[in-house]
Formats: sequence, structure tokens, C-alpha cells
Amino acid sequence: MSGPDFDGRRGRWIGAPVRRREDPRLVTGRGRFLDDIHLTGLLHAGFVRATVAHGRVHEVDLTAVREVEGVVAAYSAEDLGLGDIVALLDRPPEEYTPTTMPILARHKVRFAGEPIAIVIAKDPYAVEDGIEAARVTYDVLDAVVSEEAALAADAPLVHEDAPSNVLLDVTSFDTPGVDEAFQESGCVIDLVTRSARQNALPLETRGAIASWDERDEQLLVQTCSQVPHQVRTVLARSMRLPEQSVRVTVPDMGGGFGQKCVVGREEIAVAAAAKRLGRPVKWIEDRRDALTAGFLAREQRYRTRAAFTAEGKLTAIDADIVCDMGAYSCYPFTVGIEPLMAAAEMPSVYQLPAYRVRARAIASTKAPTAPYRGVSRPQYVLVMERIMDLAARRLGLDPVEIRRRNLITEFPYRGVNNVTYDPGSYLESLELAEKTLRAEGWYELRERAAAEGRHLGIGYSCFSERTGYGSEAFAKRKMTVVPGFDISEIRMDLTGSVVVTSGTMNHGQSHETTFAQLVAERLGLDLAKVKLRQGDTERIPYGWGTFASRSATIGGSAVATAATRLGEQLCVIAAHLLGTRVENVELDGDGGVVQLDDPTRRMAFEELADVAYLRSHLLPKETPPTLTATAAFDVPGDGTFSNATHAVVVEADPGTGQVKILRYACVEDCGVVINPKVVEGQARGGIAQGIAGALFEEVSYADNGEPSAASFIDYLVPTATEIPDISVDHLETPCAFTESGAKGAGEGGTIGAPAAVLNAVNDLLWHTGVQLESTPVHPEAVLTALAGAHRHEKASTPV
Amino acid sequence: MSDKHLIVLTVNGIDHELLVEARWTLLDVLRHQVELTGTHVGCEHGVCGACTILVDEEPVRACLVYAVQAEGHAIRTVESLGTPTEPNDLQEAFSARHGLQCGFCTPGFLMLAEGFLTQRPTPSREEIREAVSANLCRCTGYQTIVDAIEDTARRRAGQTDPEPEAVR
Ligand code: FES
Ligand code: FES
Repeated sequence: MSGPDFDGRRGRWIGAPVRRREDPRLVTGRGRFLDDIHLTGLLHAGFVRATVAHGRVHEVDLTAVREVEGVVAAYSAEDLGLGDIVALLDRPPEEYTPTTMPILARHKVRFAGEPIAIVIAKDPYAVEDGIEAARVTYDVLDAVVSEEAALAADAPLVHEDAPSNVLLDVTSFDTPGVDEAFQESGCVIDLVTRSARQNALPLETRGAIASWDERDEQLLVQTCSQVPHQVRTVLARSMRLPEQSVRVTVPDMGGGFGQKCVVGREEIAVAAAAKRLGRPVKWIEDRRDALTAGFLAREQRYRTRAAFTAEGKLTAIDADIVCDMGAYSCYPFTVGIEPLMAAAEMPSVYQLPAYRVRARAIASTKAPTAPYRGVSRPQYVLVMERIMDLAARRLGLDPVEIRRRNLITEFPYRGVNNVTYDPGSYLESLELAEKTLRAEGWYELRERAAAEGRHLGIGYSCFSERTGYGSEAFAKRKMTVVPGFDISEIRMDLTGSVVVTSGTMNHGQSHETTFAQLVAERLGLDLAKVKLRQGDTERIPYGWGTFASRSATIGGSAVATAATRLGEQLCVIAAHLLGTRVENVELDGDGGVVQLDDPTRRMAFEELADVAYLRSHLLPKETPPTLTATAAFDVPGDGTFSNATHAVVVEADPGTGQVKILRYACVEDCGVVINPKVVEGQARGGIAQGIAGALFEEVSYADNGEPSAASFIDYLVPTATEIPDISVDHLETPCAFTESGAKGAGEGGTIGAPAAVLNAVNDLLWHTGVQLESTPVHPEAVLTALAGAHRHEKASTPV
Repeated sequence: MSDKHLIVLTVNGIDHELLVEARWTLLDVLRHQVELTGTHVGCEHGVCGACTILVDEEPVRACLVYAVQAEGHAIRTVESLGTPTEPNDLQEAFSARHGLQCGFCTPGFLMLAEGFLTQRPTPSREEIREAVSANLCRCTGYQTIVDAIEDTARRRAGQTDPEPEAVR
């Protein structure tokens, strides 16, 4: 049989902007999100949480809780006796100190918001009453809220067995030639950047509904998770159950962005409580808990030196990276998630001859971190892109020109970081972005505006992102649990329709649509005849879920391969029934199999299924009556790389310091575009989160470790008036390693935006002599810089 | 605590007789007693707008109203707009414009837009953007939501159909 040709050529379904198949239920309020599920006899749960950031737990007294009207039960760690969450790296002790996360805090609390006890009641209001009645006493210890405090010689220890609060300390690369490059360099850029802690902030908070099915002797946990199989594993281990006694299902999910791709402790406490009580228990995290006790990300500091030649060629990078990972290591990614990503990928899209990097993960008394859309890439891309701009200024080069001189243009490129980059459109995307801004007259406008006393800046960022992290690429991280592959199963029914499974987990990325497009293309079947199933450990073969933009790349390739195999089975049956050789038939692209030498002879899928299932005696012995195929897919080697250039024009208000984005252009390349509208949506949504990181969002803490942003009043999520319209242009460099030809498109927007926005802000600030190197950029800082320049100008004006 | 009140709520034209505590929000009562779960919970403190419904045709945040206060008012939720097989024009436009991803914020935006378009049938794009800024969406970046509302306003004003953005 013949498959479609993915060399940039579009089929009937691939590349078509088809309507989302998720929409009819979602736009009519008929979606089923976790909190929409009701079970008979349902009880509700909430958590007594630490009110101090750091302390020894003296006593947990739940007596009064149990007396509150409506409260059914309250359990502390001691009552439940669950096993801890253990996420490990396979690294030597001088590099790595393992720690564990108890389900409920025992003996010690390590951040304000840490769960200490679970309260179960007949309704959520009574749960709140119960939580209020809890009495927990502590011996308060000093909080550890900054990098300086964590690394201080006499710092209080977050984990007694982690000396000096360093959980991971690796020098990933120290190639020859670094020192020489700095000695010879005529242009050395020194840069310190910081990015604030951020919350991935899915609009639907976390939650779980657990029930024990006596008939099946099985625990059913419905939860909003990007990684259902991994949740099952931790549930089973922690509760000491065989995996077959635990089923995890996921309903519609209101976003995740990485926060839901790690296993939370609350889900397990809820499951344990449900099993003990023999009644279903529901926990839905409220926004306050989501802001203060949900998994966070992004708090990083980079000290970077970069050497350039006089011609603007980058010759060396020497970087020191510190990531504040908070109180605990997340499962399965561990505290290595941010520092290891940063160290391995920092050279980004540039040719770099010499590289030295030290990366550390430190513990603090703050909510723990998890992957968040982009993982470290927004931060190191910001560093690299700032370095390019600063060097360009120093050397009198145009920011676009210095990038042009350093971009990787020949593929496959083997980097100083031992990573092989697959082909992309690094230079093409930059040139198209620049052309767009020039054609639209933004450069002239910037000059005119300056003459009028307005403050406009233009900024670029170029980046690539590894998206097809297969098991080989993840194994380099030395996680003891190595993600990477995915499995798909496809079944055809009597009507010629198929149900296809994927181990990935849709939480807004339109999997039901794009995966159906892949299957429809491969089988030559109408889209309406394809149904996707995800999120059920009982019905779906083992899978790694959705993170690292892996769904279309890896999951999609498994789905496409399974469809191809089903097509082969259909051809075998058809050839037999048509009385010809299998080489003489092929899928006809319209729900049937056709004989090549006589196109009048054709069998529809329905007819083939009819024979397979209802009249299997017509088939030869060696042809099984199954129209089911399974395929596993893993990306070999170093994986796939999507790339993009973002170009931004901003204006700063000299009265308020507010930065407004006037124009945002994204040129992206994620390989074969399965559905352009879906890819554009991913790009725009990602960019909005990147702008949020650049200008608004910050999880801050008081000196005593109390979180200062416990509501949307204090945590500034951008709205429609802060996020501009964004143009998205697609370039298409098909991926050779994936069946789908796709490279993954989930995270790019978030990665590129902070650097592009910060570069644009610094462009408009250049004349002030002030450059801002931390995110988010506060209006006060912009205002101060502009006012300073203003005073300066005034002072120098002769009277 | 358990002083209960017997109230009648008129939701999508149907009267519901309900026994509620004074402290229960309209949001909770709609979702868990009336069993209309299209209205979502995003923050319970009046910022995200996921819970937006129409009360006497005005957009209102159901998390900021107690159920007992809503007696005698006409309440409309997303379930009143259209069905999966027969969505209304606004719902249709959200889908055509890819105005949603996870769809969690969508009912709130739809009800906000319904109320807004009743009050301002021919808004400018800037006015739509301003109105939409009342609600949070974490997935779309808002542009396609603004597009969908703009399309609907134009169609309702009898203007020619904009180019369809997506094929079925
Ligand atoms: S839930 Fe009502 S505004 Fe957020
Ligand atoms: S579509 Fe996900 S929050 Fe708006």
C-alpha cells in the first residue's frame, strides 16, 4: 500500500484547517471536566495546609475538625501511613542528593501551603469549616526564600540530608578552548539575568475524584493529569497496591501547561481516604491553593560570559545557572528538570565552538517546581538573545546581522553540547520576520517616534526547541524513569469506523482533531469515522502522556503507524477476497481497497470488516479475523527541533512606564503542519504566556516565606487588552525521524516571547544608558530609566 | 449554619425549587443542584469570569452572587444558547475561528459576549477587546475570541459573511 508523501506535500487531511472536533460539546457547556462529575454518595475533601514556610510540626490536632457539622473524617500523615513520592536521578552523590516528598507532611513542613491533613465532609462548605477547626502547632524555623539565603554558609537546611541546600550540581560541559576564546576576544559580554517564579496556571485547577469499586476490587481515580499512567504508578506504589488494582481516567481538561504532568500528593491522599471510607471522595483545588501550593516554575538566575570576535562571531560561552526548585523534587522529572535542560540546550540556534556550564538546583521553602511550558528555554533563550543584542551594540552591528552571522545554517549540525540538530529554517525565519517588520514600516516609525519624543523599540528572538524527546534523548538526563515512546492501538468496527488510542493526553491541544486527521490521511477514511480515546489506563496501552510538545511528534507518529498497519491488514483481507496478490491492491483514499490492475474491483472497509468479524470462515487460516493494530513509536537519537523567530515592536508610556506591544510577528517551523489553525492557536497561546512572563507574572514571597500572591488580585494574569493580535507565518521543514513529519508546536510561543519583548524594551531604553535584564519588567523600572534619561537631557540642555 | 432556605430559581426559563444554605453561591447551586455544569469555576473571587452567566440579560459573575439573592431574576447559562447539533451563531463563530482550546473559559466568554452584544450590537474591535478583558483565558491569547465576537456582531448586523476561517 502507499502512504502519503510527507515531503512538504499536503494530503487531503494533512494541512487542512479543519474544524475542531472537540468544539460541539465544549462551546455548549456539555464538556465533562473533573468537577462536573458527580458520583452517588460523593464526599468532598480539602487540605489543612501549613501556615508557616518552614517548621517542625509539633502537633496536628484534628479533634475539633471531626466535631464540625458535616465533617465525616480527617486524617493526618500518621493516620494514612502512605509511602512517599520518590523521584530520582541516576547520578553520583557529588552531583546529586536525592530527597523524597511525603503525601502529607510529617514532622516538618517545608513551604507555606504544604498539605498536612485531609478533611472529608458532606459538602465543600463543611470542608472549609473543618479545615478552619484544625490546630497545628510548629517550632518555626527560618525560611529560605532566595538563592543567597539558600547558599549562605549558615543557611537553614530545607532537607537535613541535603547539605548546603544544593540538590543538584553539575558541570555539564567544559570543552577545550573556553579560556583561550576569552583571552583572544575583543568583545566580552557579561550578563546577569533573573526570571521570577511563575505559575503555569491552567484555568481549571487540579483535582481528583477517587472511588473504590468493590465488584472490581479496583480503585478508580479520575483526575486532571497530563500523565495518567504515571499517576497510576505512584498511586499503586504509595498505597502498596498492584497496578491492576488502580485505574486512572482523565475527563476533559482545562489546561495544564506542564503543571499537570507531574504527580501531585493530594490525588493520593484523596484516593487513600476514599478507600478507607468506602465512599467516593472529590477534591477540587481552589484558586488560593492553586496559586500558593500548586507546582511552580521559572525562578532562575544566570551569570553568563560570552566572547565574540571583532566580526561578531560568537566564540565561547561560560555560564553559571542556579534554579530555585522549591521544597521538593517532582515525579517523574525530579529537580533536574530545569538545570539539566538549561545546561544541555543553552547554545540554542547558534554555532558555538567552546562551552562551559555549571548548573545547580537548590532547595528553598517555597512551593515545589514542575515543568512549565518551555522548561528553562524561555530563560536561556533570553540570555542568548540578550547577548546577541548587547554584542551587536558593542560592535556596531545590526541585531539581525549579528544573528545572521552566528545562526546554524548547515544541517544536521552537531553542537558543542553533543546534540545533533535536525534541519530547520533558522535563517529563513529570521529573514522573513525582519522583512515583515520592514515592509510594514516599523523601522521608520521607530525613528519618527523618537523625534516626537515617543519611545518605541524593536526586538527579535531566534530559537529552536527540542520537541521529539525520545527515550534516547531523555536517557542522557540520567532520570531513573525514562520517558520517550508512545503506543497507539487502532480498531475498526463493522461500520468501517475506527477507534484509535493514544497514550498522550489532550488538555486543549486539539488531539481529537489532529490525530483524526493523521488517521484519516493514512487510511483514506473520512474524518468523521475516526474517534480518539485517551486518558484511561484500563483502555489505553501504556503511554507517556503530553508534555515537551511530544503529542503530534511521538504520539502522532504512533497513531499514524498503527493506522498504516491496519491499512495493511485491510489490504491482505481484500486481496484474498478479490482473489489477487496483496501487491496488487491499495487503499483507495475513500474508505476502501482497490485492485490496481482493475480499478472496477474494489471493496469498502465495511465489507472487509463484515467478513472479518461475521464470516471469518471465508478467510485463510493464517489471516486472523482482527482489524486491530498496535504500534509503538520512539524518536531515535537526539530528537527533533522546531524553530521560530519572534519579532516585536513595543512602546513605553513615559508617564506610567507601562509597556504596550504594538506589533507581534511569529514565524514558526514545526515541520509538517497537520492543522494550521491548531498550530497558530498553540503559538498565540504560548506567546501570551511568554508575554505574561516578560511583563506581568511573578510569584513573590515575604521574607518569612509567606506567599504574597494568593489571588488574581496580586498575581497579574494578562487579559485581552495586554495581549496583542499576533501574526503567525508557517515555514515547513518536514521532520525525517517522525512518521507524522511533525516536530511539535506546543511550547515555542512561550520560549520566544520573553526574549523578544525584553530586547524590544531594551532597544527603546538604550539611549537612557539603562538596560533591564530581569523578568518580569516592572513599569517602575522602565519609568525610572526614562525619567533618568529625561533629567539627563534636560540638564544638558543649555539654558 | 444549616439554616436552609427554600427558593425558586428561574434558569433558562425553567423554575427550580431548591433548598439552599444562605452562604451557597449561585455558581455552586447552578452546578451542583440545578446540575447545569456548563458554568465553570475558575477562581471564586470574581476575577477570571469563567462563571459568567446572564441575570436579567446582564453578564454577572455567578461566584459573587448568593443563590438566595437570585430569586425572582431570569438566569441564563451557556446551556440556553444552543446544543452540540444546533449551536447558536456565537458558538458557531467560536468554533469557526478556533476561539477555544481547552474550552474551560469558553462558556464564560460566550455569556459575556451574549450580554455585551445585546447592549452594544455594533461594537468596534477595540470595544470588543475591552469587553473581553473582563475574563481570563489561559490558552488562546484572546485574538481568536475577539475574532469570533467580531464576526458574530457583523453577521447579526446583517453584514456579508466574513471569509470562513476553517472548513468543516
Ligand atoms: S469563578 Fe467567578 S470570576 Fe472566577
Ligand atoms: S480555552 Fe483554555 S482557558 Fe480559554
